[in-house]
Amino acid sequence: MTIDVGQDRSRALRFGGMLVLLLGAALILGAYLGSERLDLFNLDATERVILFDIRLPRVFLGATVGASLAVAGASLQSLLRNPLAEPYLLGVSNGAALGTMLAFVVFSNVEFMRPLLAFGGAVLATVVVYRMARSRAGMNVERLVLSGVIVTTFLSSVIVLLTSLLDATRLRSFTFWLLGDLSQATSSGFYVTLIVVVIGTLVLASQSRALNLMMIGERDAFDFGVEVSRVRLIVFGTSAALVGISVAASGSVGYVGLIVPHMIRLTAGSDNRFVIPFSAIAGAVFVVCADTAARTLIAPRELPVGAITALIGAPLFVYLLRRN
Amino acid sequence: MNLLTASSIDIAYADAPIVHGVTLELVPGKTIALAGPNGAGKTTILKALNGGLPVVAGTVELDGKPLGEYSRREIARRIAVIAQENETRFPVTVIEFVLAGRFAHGASLGWETEADHRIARTALGLCDLEDYAERLMNQLSGGERQRVVLARAIATEARILLLDEPTANLDLAHQAMMFRLVRDRCRTCESAAIMITHDLNLASEFADEIVLLDAGRIAANGTPREVLTAANIEQVFGVEVLLDDNPATGNVRVTTLF
Repeated sequence: MTIDVGQDRSRALRFGGMLVLLLGAALILGAYLGSERLDLFNLDATERVILFDIRLPRVFLGATVGASLAVAGASLQSLLRNPLAEPYLLGVSNGAALGTMLAFVVFSNVEFMRPLLAFGGAVLATVVVYRMARSRAGMNVERLVLSGVIVTTFLSSVIVLLTSLLDATRLRSFTFWLLGDLSQATSSGFYVTLIVVVIGTLVLASQSRALNLMMIGERDAFDFGVEVSRVRLIVFGTSAALVGISVAASGSVGYVGLIVPHMIRLTAGSDNRFVIPFSAIAGAVFVVCADTAARTLIAPRELPVGAITALIGAPLFVYLLRRN
Repeated sequence: MNLLTASSIDIAYADAPIVHGVTLELVPGKTIALAGPNGAGKTTILKALNGGLPVVAGTVELDGKPLGEYSRREIARRIAVIAQENETRFPVTVIEFVLAGRFAHGASLGWETEADHRIARTALGLCDLEDYAERLMNQLSGGERQRVVLARAIATEARILLLDEPTANLDLAHQAMMFRLVRDRCRTCESAAIMITHDLNLASEFADEIVLLDAGRIAANGTPREVLTAANIEQVFGVEVLLDDNPATGNVRVTTLF
């Protein structure tokens, strides 16, 4: 009996290669398009400033944020056996947003407190939602989604209370940021996010074979040799870090973790050894494109990138919920 | 040496005692049937034998060593579980599902080897599923899924099989196939199986020993002929039965009197 184990893998690798090309194209497009179109090969001094100090940091930050959220979504879905699990819908993003705001209000001069408290908020929200959704009978889709809604709305109201402490100018930029906004991108912000997203993706990818079993069932995974509680801790912790860092940098960009892994599974199957790394690349492509649209659709004014992702994501969510 | 030994184990769920003083000895080549009314503690015992539930008293030993001294992967290489399959919401193919049975053998990173694939394909063949490899799990019938679950357990190459009502969704032909596979493995591979079943006649035909449970305690154990007596069955299940010998196999046969 001959078995061609390599066939699936080489097909998947081709798909991955295509995604990388797509990312390259998206990055170039993102650098080129905007309120000001840039002739990338013939830049004057002002355009140079626009490209290197404003646009490129923003495009690259968008890519890292997209990768973080998509990888976190893909891993949470497998862990919780629920295709609707998504950092934004589970309230994890709002937890991170509240953490960021607290850092902003209480430690306004200490920049590194923002990602730190965002991570803390994300962890806290994850733990609360997980505890609420879990019952003796296990965890079903609806219970998890409802717990997410409750935590999200609760955290939203705390955020609203906090914003009332802010003055009018800060309030406007905050509202924008809350919906997902990449306009505050800096190179240093990008580097920090990049480091976290690379490490986070590697850590989660290292759990992908165990996640393949978790996706089938927690009990099955346990029976067939997965240290379930260890995997759960790693995935919750790492995805909270990914969500925390991206929310601290760009607010709550919603639905990326829902749309991207779903598309990947449709095209490349459910094996997390592909789904997790491919989601990282495709998430980057998606947010870069969404942000380019946010910058150009009503130029010279801007839309929050989160509004664009939600416009695409919400209908998909309804579709997935109905299909379940 | 015993493959698996439970010595007077007590098991409790959230402080409520479920199982008291149960002793089981699984030697190579043997099939034990666990029978008893709903809530008698059958599934609970099966979970404890695999380390899924802690025992509050007594010990469970695997290959002569306490279960607690093994890692999850080491246990999974020795014990395969066949439980009721819960539907997955992700598009998982049959071959991916069966390859999950090889998880404990390879590195937790990385890929299944060609040998893993060969073992998985062979297991599919044994379960009458040669052409199913690329089909999606959530498009199969309950009975087909149950056979895939059996194939996954076979693919582990574990010597101990724990089966929780393995025939619940199966038609007659595949019930027989399941039992023959399990019994052949026990005889030829020096394996052993513990199987929960409600079907006393199947237990009589296929098990070497029946353990009859009642409210978490062993009400009777021994060969099918020793355990399946009118008195035992009436005491545990509260029904009257007629016992005779199966004309084809000579084993004891149970008919419920309504």
